[in-house]
Amino acid sequence: MAAKAFELKKSERAFDIFLYIFLGIVMIVTLYPFLNVLAISFNDSTDTVRGGITIWPREWTLDNYKRIFSYTGLIQGFKVSVMRTVVGTLLGLISASMLAFTLSRPEFRARKLFSYFLILTMYFSGGMVPAYILMRDLNLIGTFWIYVLPGAVSAFNVFIIRSFMDGLPFALQESAKLDGANDFKIFYKIILPLCKPVLATVTLFLAVGQWNEWFTTYLYNGNKSHLTTLQYELMKVLATTNQGSGMTNSNDLANQMAQVSPESIKMAITIVVTVPILVVYPFLQKYFVSGMTLGAVKA
Amino acid sequence: MKALTENGVTANESVTPAPPTKRKSGFWKSVVQQKYLYLMSLPFVIWVFIFSYLPLWGWTMAFQNYKPAKSFGEQKWVGLDNFKELFSDDRFYLVLRNTLAMSGLGLVFGFVVPILFAVLLNELKGSLFKRTVQTVSYLPHFVSWVVVGGLVYKMLAIEGGGVNDLLLWLNIIDEPIQFMAQPKMFWGIVTVSDLWKETGWNAIIYLAAITGIDKELYEAAKVDGAGRIKQMFHITLPGIRTTITVLLIMSIGHMVSTGFEKQFQLTNSLLTDYSEVLDLYALNYGIKIARFSYGTAISMFTSVVSVILLLIANGVSKKLTKESIM
Repeated sequence: MAAKAFELKKSERAFDIFLYIFLGIVMIVTLYPFLNVLAISFNDSTDTVRGGITIWPREWTLDNYKRIFSYTGLIQGFKVSVMRTVVGTLLGLISASMLAFTLSRPEFRARKLFSYFLILTMYFSGGMVPAYILMRDLNLIGTFWIYVLPGAVSAFNVFIIRSFMDGLPFALQESAKLDGANDFKIFYKIILPLCKPVLATVTLFLAVGQWNEWFTTYLYNGNKSHLTTLQYELMKVLATTNQGSGMTNSNDLANQMAQVSPESIKMAITIVVTVPILVVYPFLQKYFVSGMTLGAVKA
Repeated sequence: MKALTENGVTANESVTPAPPTKRKSGFWKSVVQQKYLYLMSLPFVIWVFIFSYLPLWGWTMAFQNYKPAKSFGEQKWVGLDNFKELFSDDRFYLVLRNTLAMSGLGLVFGFVVPILFAVLLNELKGSLFKRTVQTVSYLPHFVSWVVVGGLVYKMLAIEGGGVNDLLLWLNIIDEPIQFMAQPKMFWGIVTVSDLWKETGWNAIIYLAAITGIDKELYEAAKVDGAGRIKQMFHITLPGIRTTITVLLIMSIGHMVSTGFEKQFQLTNSLLTDYSEVLDLYALNYGIKIARFSYGTAISMFTSVVSVILLLIANGVSKKLTKESIM
């Protein structure tokens, strides 16, 4: 008996060691690319060519960052990216929370109909070409609004918020109703303040989605220099030697810059694009974890 | 009249529907009574109609020889010509192969690995290390495919690429591999990149499901002398079966509409024969050269096949496990 318990303990210990080593490797594999890029972005660009930079710069410099911030396309892209993130997130929040509220009211007549109407959008789409034609017919191509209007209502976000609202005590709404408050008042005076955790989750989803989106710019606004986003500018710079995406244009300022010291410039821009999100997400972790769980239970 | 008012009040407070005889007047009454609810939902429902349902009308283009300058009435109808052309195009089958291969790989690995990750992570009971691993594992989910594309190219570079450096250092290879110039490697690279990006994120739901498993089951297993590995297979995994099934159905439904972002950002001119997927095919042979009807036929094919796959997966699962999403 004792020998068996000992055996068990020994294998448990071995399992623990395996776990720590394995998950430690997973963590290194996840972080290394970011640390590598960060190190190169702070390293002298001529020195970088010698190779061998891992996670610590050999010759510290801020020149790479100074150089990219003197490029107007990047500043312009930054502005548009911030704008679409702010406007798109606000629109998305308003639409999702209002819809969720109405769909969480058991007495609402159109509740079932509207719910199915929304759910269906999660399982099909008209596809890229019909969407393109629609954008053209609505005259949204070449405007800022194409970034924020088409995706303003997201069924997924509506259902995350709704399942949170379903968990709130219904008595609250009833008593407010008896006091003569109308539905809109109940929504923004009583329900909305209670929904902060789930709204934080949805805000993060919307903001990250807006910030990271690049295809709309590529497809519709790539030739409008005042409407390009940061992701698109990064894409242009990366494409200079990746030869990816077939986006090479020799007159491009981004291209010329990349000729000077491609590696360092690319890495610095990558960091600029990535940092805003990386600063935010760890603080919202407990919200989005519960939000994802809610969404999965309902969906 | 009195009954009607009473009826209106009850309908407002509970789910009791109005009696069918007075349905019509009851309906308009409820619209007035619930005017704020309608005001708060109808505009967005119309919005959804415009941006999600109206494109379906665009499917008519697949049966026309669509010319942008003409109105709907003036378009020339060509029946199934676009589909005939699509199904007789060799490129289409190449693209279909790529789509199925990459989404198949993504389905298998993108499904199994997060479950394994969640189960293993769960074994680190509430330690600081566990929380650190978790936070780090979410990180790549929050960066765009543009950034990930850049990182992958950097890591797989011949000079100063982390992967080649490591393989050289371990003496596994004698000279660096040109990863991004080998078409045959592309499917693998896409799959691994996707795993790197999404494993931590996709594990969230499983981790949550695991916390819902009855703790007494583990206690009982311990008494019976089951070690932790046994417990993983006999308690943890069966405990999250429902979650696993539901997510499997959903990912099968998304097989052909698996997206094109990763392929777009990772490909280059050497790799197109292995990297072009249905959406990119629609982009390159539909939009870019303004063959909108042909592109619509591709889009339509993609959408219809994915809905069919979803229904099949849902039906099979309903039969086998009694779990379904619809």
